[in-house]
Amino acid sequence: MIIGEQPPPSGAFGVDAIAMTMRFGDFLALDNVELKVRPGSFHALLGENGAGKSTLVKCIMGYYHATKGDILVGGREQAIANPKDAHALGLGMVYQHFTLVPAMTVAENLVLARDDVPAVVNWPKEMKELEAFLARMPFKVPLSAKVSDISAGERQKCEILKQLYLKRRFLILDEPTSVLTPAEADEVLGMLRVMVVKGELTILMITHKFREVMAFADEVTILRRGKLAGAGKVAELTPDAMARTMIGAEELTVQPPRTGEAGQARLELAKVRALDDAGGIAVHDVSLTVRAGEIVGIAGVSGNGQRQLVEVLAGQREAECGEIRVAGDPYHASREEMRRHRMSVLPEEPLKNACVGGMSVADNIAFREFDRAPFASGGWWLNRGAFRDDARKKIGQYKIKTRTPDTPISALSGGNVQRAVLARELAGDVEVLIAANPCFGLDFAAVAQIHAEIMAARNRGAAVLLVSEDLDELLELSDRLVVMFHGEFVYEARTSEADLTEIGRHMAGH
Amino acid sequence: MADGSIGLWTVSLAVLGGAIRVSTPFLFVSLGECITERSGRINLGLEGTLVMGAMSAYGISYLTGSPWLGLLAAGITGALLGALHAGICSLPRVNDVAVGIALMLFGTGLAFYLGKPLIEPTAPRLPAIDFGWWSDIPQVRAALRVNVLFLIGVALAPTLYWAFRATRWGLLIRTAGESSDAARAMGHSVLLIRLRATMVGGFLAGIGGSFLSLFYPGSWNEGLSSGQGITAVALVIFARWDPLLCLWASLAFGGAAALGPALQSVGVTSGYHLFNAAPYVLTLAIMIITCSPKRTLTGAPAELSITR
Repeated sequence: MIIGEQPPPSGAFGVDAIAMTMRFGDFLALDNVELKVRPGSFHALLGENGAGKSTLVKCIMGYYHATKGDILVGGREQAIANPKDAHALGLGMVYQHFTLVPAMTVAENLVLARDDVPAVVNWPKEMKELEAFLARMPFKVPLSAKVSDISAGERQKCEILKQLYLKRRFLILDEPTSVLTPAEADEVLGMLRVMVVKGELTILMITHKFREVMAFADEVTILRRGKLAGAGKVAELTPDAMARTMIGAEELTVQPPRTGEAGQARLELAKVRALDDAGGIAVHDVSLTVRAGEIVGIAGVSGNGQRQLVEVLAGQREAECGEIRVAGDPYHASREEMRRHRMSVLPEEPLKNACVGGMSVADNIAFREFDRAPFASGGWWLNRGAFRDDARKKIGQYKIKTRTPDTPISALSGGNVQRAVLARELAGDVEVLIAANPCFGLDFAAVAQIHAEIMAARNRGAAVLLVSEDLDELLELSDRLVVMFHGEFVYEARTSEADLTEIGRHMAGH
Repeated sequence: MADGSIGLWTVSLAVLGGAIRVSTPFLFVSLGECITERSGRINLGLEGTLVMGAMSAYGISYLTGSPWLGLLAAGITGALLGALHAGICSLPRVNDVAVGIALMLFGTGLAFYLGKPLIEPTAPRLPAIDFGWWSDIPQVRAALRVNVLFLIGVALAPTLYWAFRATRWGLLIRTAGESSDAARAMGHSVLLIRLRATMVGGFLAGIGGSFLSLFYPGSWNEGLSSGQGITAVALVIFARWDPLLCLWASLAFGGAAALGPALQSVGVTSGYHLFNAAPYVLTLAIMIITCSPKRTLTGAPAELSITR
């Protein structure tokens, strides 16, 4: 905005993106896409990973400059050169990853976000003004608390409050509910919806949760592989129709039906305690039994000790006390024990936790068996040919998209890294499988394939412990469900008898 | 030799006086490093900056006759070395620790080379304020001869503590150090913030160096620093990146370093070199007590390459 020009009028305004094309080198990220967000509406932007949703909103916010296309803000064409221009027009974005500084207080974060932070901050005066601002807002947050000490739901509220505090009236939300319980998500989106209905705000929300689209959005735009795949009023669409538009004609792996009954206890945890990196108790004396041919799901908002529990089982963290038994034998996550009990682990963020990024796909697939025949002779002379042959077989079997088996694994997309880890971990007869957020950030095809493999492992008699932040995934796959809150198991039920509101309540600690 | 009680008195007085004298460079370097590290970068080159500061202060003080101009020259030299560190670290895929080690060697080497002609002459020194005028015991008077720089450093610690909380620059430095993504999302240049923070850190370290050559010990030679710069960097970690704790830690280290000379002054000469090692023993002891493989350091800026 040029200095001296009239500030935009108050109230909600719309944003249109017309014929947007974005090219990164040879790759066409957006191909002639059109997006019309009406003033005072709640608009959902749907699409798979890599469909171009983020690219589109980043073009609107001025992070990228579209190769072709125009942006209209409030009906007037605007050249948005950088995020500051977008902010000046009243556009704000809430990112998928929090942009709050964890070591600072909520108040510090809010004041810091302003363009005109005073050289010396008069804290008593600022606090008074912040409190007056909060009194007008639909949600409350503790101003003096450190961001690292408040819950994920409160952080997300802070992010949104920050945008409102900065007087932004067109909000782009990038998967805003991925870290919230269903109840928290409903609360946050419901309050935003009220502001939209009052005509104070326009919202463009990137999401893949149909439930939220159906409940809160007025209109939807669907992208597929960089192209506009569909758009329309939510009231006239069904989740199935939207899903079909998103995926297109792609064939999804069919999940095998649940067969067989649970057998003997395979994985037993007795009063296991683990600390987090700061030395606090993250896992608080939990006990659990997973039987053969059974999937036990652990639900919970992230940060309630699930990560530390999985790290203990994977051998990445030492338990403070307690006992873990596998098939009756004490278990300390040594390589020998893992091999003997045919244990497999699919940790979250597999590139970081289960791979060496700079090593090849073939090497990464061979990690479990690399010093045994046929991969090695005498336990030390490695047979590179065997690595490659085995990798080629698994690349075909698990549909891993890589140029060659010798490509560094860090060059692969998230879904393909996860497939490679899956290929390694599910080779042979798995007896115990531990999976943490195995489908986080993956597209439909990868999710369907991973779910099918997990169910197949269960049907073959493996004991599966599935830790996930995605309730739908847990409800679909698990036989039994446990809710983890503040390091403890606070609720347990057979999935067939589980009640969604009950689970949500326990996830929030009530 | 007097009786035991006076000996004990003398030792404690000498340790106190020593703490005040010896701690000043520790204090300046650690406060400077505190600023740099809070912005998310480690500058291990401060040892080199300290020695360069000492050399340039001595040289300028000798040439101009004014120790205060020498002080300023030391600060500017330090800021320039800080800018060099920050500039190299702004390049992609450059590790700040490696650059710091290179600059440490570069700084000390350059200072020895340029400072060769300065070993002989005597430069005007910084004045001290006599807080011991009321006493006629020479040990008390010696212990309470306090340099202005020490007082400035003592005032600087709470000032920084306040500035990290209540000034725009303090908040921006902390943001860059805790979450560069957040700083970038707000439209700030993380590299620019770190450049400035590293330059201010270098400036203070240079001042710390001028204290070495212009007050205590008060001459220029190659053994002047003996690793004080690098110890001060470690001190920031003990102090948990808190300027007020930096002050106390510097005093403790100064006291420990003064132990050997103090004991020697009352005639305890056996184990002199052993007592001189006291600060290093203290370093190790604090390391062992405060660090644990199971915990990350509390208070560590999240963007620091050692915590990330």
